[in-house]
Amino acid sequence: MFDLKDQSRHGWTKADSYKSRDRQSRALVQGGLDLITLAQPRGGLVSVPALLARNAREFGNAPAFREKEYGIWQSWTWAEAAEEIRAIALGFLALGMEPGDHVAVIGRNRPSLYWTMVAAQMAGAVPVPLYQDAVADEMEYVLDNCGARFVICGDQEQVDKVIDAQETVQHIEHVIYVDKRGMRKYDHSHLNALADISAEGRAAHSRLEDELDRRIAALDYDSTAVMLYTSGTTGRPKGVVLSNRNVVETARNSSEFDHLGPNEEILAYLPMAWVGDFIFSVGQQMWCGFCVNCPESAETMMTDLREIGPTYYFAPPRIFETQLTNVMIRMEDSGRFKKKLFDYYMAHARKVGSDILDGKPVSFVDRLQYKMGDLFIYGPLKNTLGLSRVRIGYTAGEAIGPELFDFYRSLGINLKQLYGQTEATVFITQQPDGEVRSDTVGVPSPGVEVKIDDSGEVFYRSPGTFVEYYNNPTSTAGTKDAEGWVATGDAGFIEKSSGHLRIIDRAKDVGKMADGRMFAPKFVENKLKFFPNILEAVVFGNGRDMCTAFINIDLTAVGNWAERNNIAYASYQELAGHPQVLDTIQQHISEVNNSIAQDEMLSGCQVHRFIVLHKELDADDGEMTRTRKVRRNVVEEKYSDLLDALYAGESSIYTETEVTYEDGRKGSISATLELRDAAIQSGTTRMAAE
Amino acid sequence: MNVMSPDSYVTADGRTIGGTLMEMKNITLRFGGVVAIKDISFDIREGEIRAIIGPNGAGKSSMLNVISGFYVPSDGDVWFDGAIRPKMRPYQVARQGIARTFQNIALFEGMSVLDNIMTGRLTKMKSNMLSQAIWWGKAQKEETEHREKVENIIDFLEIQTIRKTPVGNLPYGLKKRVELARALAAEPRLLLLDEPMAGMNVEEKEDMSRFILDVNDEFGTTIALIEHDMGVVMDLSDRVVVMDYGRKIGDGTPDEVRNDQKVIDAYLGVSHD
Repeated sequence: MFDLKDQSRHGWTKADSYKSRDRQSRALVQGGLDLITLAQPRGGLVSVPALLARNAREFGNAPAFREKEYGIWQSWTWAEAAEEIRAIALGFLALGMEPGDHVAVIGRNRPSLYWTMVAAQMAGAVPVPLYQDAVADEMEYVLDNCGARFVICGDQEQVDKVIDAQETVQHIEHVIYVDKRGMRKYDHSHLNALADISAEGRAAHSRLEDELDRRIAALDYDSTAVMLYTSGTTGRPKGVVLSNRNVVETARNSSEFDHLGPNEEILAYLPMAWVGDFIFSVGQQMWCGFCVNCPESAETMMTDLREIGPTYYFAPPRIFETQLTNVMIRMEDSGRFKKKLFDYYMAHARKVGSDILDGKPVSFVDRLQYKMGDLFIYGPLKNTLGLSRVRIGYTAGEAIGPELFDFYRSLGINLKQLYGQTEATVFITQQPDGEVRSDTVGVPSPGVEVKIDDSGEVFYRSPGTFVEYYNNPTSTAGTKDAEGWVATGDAGFIEKSSGHLRIIDRAKDVGKMADGRMFAPKFVENKLKFFPNILEAVVFGNGRDMCTAFINIDLTAVGNWAERNNIAYASYQELAGHPQVLDTIQQHISEVNNSIAQDEMLSGCQVHRFIVLHKELDADDGEMTRTRKVRRNVVEEKYSDLLDALYAGESSIYTETEVTYEDGRKGSISATLELRDAAIQSGTTRMAAE
Repeated sequence: MNVMSPDSYVTADGRTIGGTLMEMKNITLRFGGVVAIKDISFDIREGEIRAIIGPNGAGKSSMLNVISGFYVPSDGDVWFDGAIRPKMRPYQVARQGIARTFQNIALFEGMSVLDNIMTGRLTKMKSNMLSQAIWWGKAQKEETEHREKVENIIDFLEIQTIRKTPVGNLPYGLKKRVELARALAAEPRLLLLDEPMAGMNVEEKEDMSRFILDVNDEFGTTIALIEHDMGVVMDLSDRVVVMDYGRKIGDGTPDEVRNDQKVIDAYLGVSHD
C-alpha cells in the first residue's frame, strides 16, 4: 500500500501539477485507516530515534519529508530519511560528538535540519534549535547560554552570524552548514558541509556502527530530547529542557486526541525554534509517521501551501487574518456578479456553516443551499487559500477575533483553538471537535490537570511538564513547585457550564487602576485588534486614572482603503498620521468602548485617549518578541514621551525614534503626532454593578 | 575546459584569474564621419571582472556592442579564445559563449519569469521546431534538462517567489535580476552587463553587486561590465578600462585608475586643493 513513490526526484513535468499527488494521497487516506492502530503505544518507543526506526520498518516506502527545491517537490521516504539521518549521526560521532553535548540548529525549515536534530539525539547529544532571524546579540546570548560545541547552520548568512559570535562565545568547536553557496572561500579548519559529514559517516560506518547503536540504546524516557528557548517576553530567553517522556507522551496524547494518522500532510513553516514546530514536525510526525513538507522559502509559503494542501495545519491568528484581508481586498476588486454571489453565499455560510461543521441539526433546505455554496464559493475559496484538505486546523498564541474565527469555520474548515506553552510541551488545553468557540481555549488536553489559584492564575501538571530551565534552578523553582504544578503566568477561569478554560490576560499584566477598578490590557487590545485596520494595540492604565492606547495600523488594509478613496501617501508614517485614518481609528475605539462598557468587571478599561504610532512595532527594535508578542515594558519605556503627552492631555507632540534596520544598522525617524480623545460610555453600568 | 596559461594568478580573495579570454586589438569604430571608438586595445582575462567606465558618450556601450558582435569594428581585430573572430552575426557570437544584459531592460513582458529565462537556453536547444511544438520525444527530455539548469539559476538568484509571475508585473530591480538570470541560462564564458545598476536604489544595488560577485565566484564566469556608479565599479572589478571621447585614457586595477591623474582630470573631476 505504501510503495507509492512520490513524484520522482528529478522528474520535471511541463506543468508541475500537484493534482495527481492529491489523488494518490486520497487513496492513501482511505486505505490507511487500519494503520492508525499501529500507532498504539508499544514497548521500546521511548525516544525519537526509536520512533524513527519503527517508521522506517513499518512505513519504509511512504513519503516522510518533502521539500520544494528547484521548482519541484523533492521527497524522501522513511527508509531514505532513516538512512540519511544515520549517516549524519555517524558523521557526528566521527567529529567527536559526546553524549550531553549541545547542538545548536539555525536555519529555515528544511528536511536536512530536522535530520540533524534527530541525528544529534542518536549520538546522545541535545539539539537546540534557534530563531534564525535573531539579531546577532540575541543569538550570541543563546549560543553562550546553551554551551553548544556544535552549530548547524542553514546557509552562509547563519554561518556569518555564528563566526561573529565566536569572538565572544569560546566553546563552539564545529560549525556545519547545509547550503554550500558562497562558502568556498571560508577557512574550513572547523567548518564542514553537512554533505561531507554524512559522507564521512558512511565511510566510517564499520568503525562507528556499534558505538552509535550503543548510544541509541542508552536513550530512555528521562534523557533529554531537546532544549528550546522561550521567546523571552520579559527579560532574556530561558532554555527549556524537555525529556523524551515529554515529547513522546505529548505526541501520543495529542495525536490520539485528534485521530492523527500516518497519512496526514503538514507544512513546516513556523520557526524551528518554536516548541510547536518541534512537536508537530518532529514529535507527532515521528509518532504517527506522517509527511512533513518544507516550503521553498518563506516568501513562497502561500503557494507551497496550496500545492501541498495540508490535512493538519497550524497557524497563528495573524496568518489567518492576513489571508482573510487578502480575500476581502480581492473581492472588492471583483465584478459585481461575483461580488453578489460571494456576499450571498457567505451570508448563508455565517448562518449555518458552523452548525453543519459541529454536527448540529440544520434544515434540509439550508443544507442543500450550503452544498450549492460549497460548489460555487466555499470550495474554490478554500482551494485558493490552500485549505481544501484541512481536517484539523489549530490556532493559538493570541486571541482570535470571533468574526475571523467564524469566517473560517463557516467555510467548513475545522479550525480550533489550543492553549499551551513551551514549558508544557505545547498542550495545556485544546478544543474537541464539536465544542469549538472563539472565546475559550478548550478543555484540558489528555493527561493534563488544570487548576486555578486564588489570584486567578492558571496552573497545570502534565506528562509534558518540562524538566527544568537549563542552568537556572532559581527560575525553575519559581515556576514549577515540588508537586509538579507549573504556573502559566496567565489569568483565567474555567467556565462552569462547559468546562472550558477562558484566558483573560497575562497574570502580571492584570492590574488595578487608580480608583481600584480591574485593568486587563490584553482584553482591550484583542478587541481592538479584531478590526482589520488595527494591526497592533498597546493599552496602558495600570495605576492610572484612565486608559490610553498606542495603535499600529495595518498597512495592507488601510493602504487598500486609501487607494480606493484616492488618498495619496508616501510612507507608512504619512498614512498613519492621515486625519481620515485617525477618524476611522477613533470610531473603532468608540465601538470597543461600547462593548467594554457592557462588561461589569472591566468597564473601567475604556480607552480615553489614543495615539497612532508613526512606526510599526518590530522585533528588530526589541519592541516585540520573535513570536511577535508585544514587550509591554519596552514599549512603555521607549515611547514614554508619547505616553506622558497622552496623560498630560496635549493634542500634538514631536518625537524622534531610533530604528534598527534588518542588517543591524541604526537610523532614526521623527514625526509630529496627533493625540486624540475617544468617545466614552458613561459609567452607569459600573455604578449599577457596584 | 580552459587550459591554464602560465601567466594565471590567484587574487587576494582566492579566485584564480586565468589567461587572456578576449583581446581587443586596435579597435576603431566609425559611423560615417563620427568616430565612436578610436584605436583602443585591451584584454579580458579568464575569470576576472572587467569594468569599462567613462563619462556619457565616451563610447562604452559601443565597445560592448563590438564585443557582443552587434557592431563590426571598422579597423582592428577581436580575438576570442586565442583566435581572431571572423565577421559574425550576433547569434553566432552568442553560440560562442557570450551573453549579455541590456541597459534598457529587454525582456518579454507578457511571458513569465520562468519562460523568459528558458529563452536563454535557446542556443543550447537541439530538437527541431516540430517536436518542440507538439512537445514529444526528444523535446520533452530536453526541456526537462533545460528546466533543471534554469531552476538552478532561479535558486541561485533567489527569485523562486516570482517564478510564474509575468515579467511586466515586476518592479524594476527584479526585472534586472531576471535579465541577469536569462543571460546566465546561456551558461556564458563571457557575460556582458550593460549598466546593471542603472536606476536602482541602494538596497537593489547591494543585492545586484552580491549576485555579480557570486556568479563570478560560483560559476567562474568572466564578466565585463559598464557602470556609472564609481563606488560599485571600484568595489567589484579586478581591472578597469577608462574611456573618454572614444579613446582609452586609463587601464589597470581600481587603485591604479583612481590615482591616475589623466583619469581624475577627465572623469572624476579635477580636485581643487
